[in-house]
Amino acid sequence: MNAIFVVWWKEVAENLRDKRTLMSALIYAPLFGPIMFVVLMNVQINHELSKAQGPLKVPVIGAQYAPNLIEALKQQGLDPLPAIANPEAAVRNRDTDVVLRIPPDYGNAWRDGEPAQVEMIYDASQTGTGTPRERLAGMLQNYDREQGAMRLVARGLSPAVATPLVVSERDQSTPQSRSGLVFGILPYFFVVAIFVGGMYLAIDLTAGERERQSLEPLFANPVARWRILAGKLGAIGAFSLLSLVLCVIGFAVAGCFMPAEKLGMTFDLGPLFIGQVLLLELPLLALFAVLQTLVAAFAKSYREAQTYLGLLMILPLLPSMLMSFMPVKPADWMYAVPLLGQQIGISELLRGRAVGMQPIGLALLCGFAVALVIGLITARIYGSERLAISA
Amino acid sequence: MIEVRNLHKSFGAVKAVDGVSFTARDGEITGLLGPNGAGKTTTLRMLYTLMKADAGQVLVDGIDAATDPVAVRRVLGVLPDARGLYKRLTARENIDYFARLHGIDAMQMHARREALVDALEMRDILDRRTTGFSQGQRVKTAIARALVHDPKNVILDEPTNGLDVMSTRAMRAFLKSIKSEGRCVLLSSHIMQEVAALCDRIVVIAHGHVVADETPDALRAQTGETNLEDAFVKIIGSEEGLAA
Repeated sequence: MNAIFVVWWKEVAENLRDKRTLMSALIYAPLFGPIMFVVLMNVQINHELSKAQGPLKVPVIGAQYAPNLIEALKQQGLDPLPAIANPEAAVRNRDTDVVLRIPPDYGNAWRDGEPAQVEMIYDASQTGTGTPRERLAGMLQNYDREQGAMRLVARGLSPAVATPLVVSERDQSTPQSRSGLVFGILPYFFVVAIFVGGMYLAIDLTAGERERQSLEPLFANPVARWRILAGKLGAIGAFSLLSLVLCVIGFAVAGCFMPAEKLGMTFDLGPLFIGQVLLLELPLLALFAVLQTLVAAFAKSYREAQTYLGLLMILPLLPSMLMSFMPVKPADWMYAVPLLGQQIGISELLRGRAVGMQPIGLALLCGFAVALVIGLITARIYGSERLAISA
Repeated sequence: MIEVRNLHKSFGAVKAVDGVSFTARDGEITGLLGPNGAGKTTTLRMLYTLMKADAGQVLVDGIDAATDPVAVRRVLGVLPDARGLYKRLTARENIDYFARLHGIDAMQMHARREALVDALEMRDILDRRTTGFSQGQRVKTAIARALVHDPKNVILDEPTNGLDVMSTRAMRAFLKSIKSEGRCVLLSSHIMQEVAALCDRIVVIAHGHVVADETPDALRAQTGETNLEDAFVKIIGSEEGLAA
C-alpha cells in the first residue's frame, strides 16, 4: 500500500472516532449556517410581512379635528388608536413605531384653503420602523393628491395641471437577483464550513501529534516526510470537503423552509448550483489545509495552534465584509484572488447569472497555485529537525 | 551493524555531541551509558536520521545515513525517547499502522505481530484502545510497533525508563532474546545496573565525548574497580586519565 494512502486512511479512521472533531466537522461547521439562516430569515420575513400587510395601528392625537382625514385613512387600512400623552417618549421607547398628530388649527387651515399641517412622530434610528412609517406617509400622500385633484376639478381645471412630471419606476431585478442580495452571506458560510471542518484535524495532526510525542516515532519510519504531510493534508481536505458538502446541501434543504416567495424572491439551489459551488471551492480546500497545517507546525502546543487558527479565521471574513461595505462591480480579475473569486462567483450564481468556464478556470488555477506555494513552504517546515522534536 | 564515526552536533553555541565514534555489532547489545544531558539522545537521533549530523558519518549495515536516510530507517527498529501512541487506536492498530508504513504485506504483518505479541506478553491489551495504558503497556506497544518490520538493527532510547521491577526484568529478557536472534541492539541508559546486566559492550559518553568503549569486564579492569558503578563514577569524574 502506498504510504500516503496509509497515512490518510489512518488519520481519517482515527479522527472519525473523535467526538469533538466529528461535532465540528459534521454538525457545527456545516449546519450552523443553514439553521441560523432559516430561523433568522423566517423571523424577519414574518415580522416584515405582518407590518406590511396587517392593519396599521397608529396612535392618533387630535383625531377629532380631522374626522374626514381619519375616515379616509381608515379606508386605506389605518387602525387609529387612542391618543397618548407623550408621543416623543413613546417612539423613543419603542412603545409604538409612529404617531400621527393633528394640530387644533387643522380645521381652520383646511377651510381657508391653506396647507393644513399634520405631524408624523417617529424615531428613524429604531429598526423596523421603516415599513409602518412609509405606509402612513403613503396613505397621507394619497389623501393629499385626491383632495388636491378634487379642488382643481371644482375650479374647472384638469388635475394634470398640477402634475407636470410622472415618474415610472422600472425595476430590472428579478425574483432571483433580489434573493441574491439577501442571500449574499451564503459564500461566507461555505468558507467557514471548509475552514472549521478541517481545523481540528489540522491542529491534531501536527501540533497535537507532536504534543502527544508520537511524531518522532512516526518520522522514524522509512517514509519521506512529504509523503506523511501529503497523507495528513488529504485527511484534512476530506473532512473539509465533507463539511462543505453538508453545508451546501443544508442550504438547499433550508431553501424549502424559507418563505422567500412572499418577498418576491426565489431561492432555488439545484444540483447544478451545488456542483458549481463545489468546483469553485476546491482550491480553498487545498489552501486552508496547507495554511492551517503551516500555522499548526509553528505552534508549540495544541492550545497555541488553536489560538492561532482562531485568529486566522478572520481571513475568510474579509471578502464578505469588503463586499457588504463597498458594493463591488464584479470584474474578471477578481476570480484570480482566492476567497474573493469564490465570493463573487457564488454571489453571481445566487443572482441567477451564469459564471463561465473561463473565470471558474482562473479561480481554480490561481487558488491551486497559491495553495501549492504555501504547500511547499509547509513541506519545508515539515522537513525541519525542529518540527519532530517533542520536548 | 551500526558504525558511528566522529559525529558532531551543535545547538547554537552548545556542542551536544562532539566527536563521538563507536561500533555496535550484530549479535551484541551495546549500551550507551552517560549522565543526563551527555548527548545520548542526540546521538541516537542522528542514527535514526531524525537529525542531521554537523560532521561525521553514520553507517547502518553499510548504508550512509546522510545519503540515503530512508534506506537506513528501513533496516532500523527505533524506540525513541518520545514514545507516544495513538490513543484513539487500539494497540493492534498502532502496530499495524507502522507495519503498513514499512510497506510489509498483510501476511507478513500478521505473522510478525503475533510473534511480538507473544514475546512481549501483551495479548490481553491488544484490542484495547491505548488511552489509559500503564507505562509498561505503553512501552510494550511502542516496542512491538518498532520491531514489527523485523529490523536487523534495534535502537532503544532508555527502554526501561519508568518501568517497574517486573516490567524491567521482562524487558531485559526480551532484549536478550532479540540479541540471540543475531540482531544488533543499541540502547542508551543512565542506569549502571541495567547496562551491567545486559550489555556486551559499554560506550560511556560524557559532555558529548566518548570517554570509554569497552566490555564490562575490561571497564572494571581498566579502572581498577570491581564495582561497575564505581568504575562509571571514576570514568566520568576523571576524564584525563582515560584519554589514552
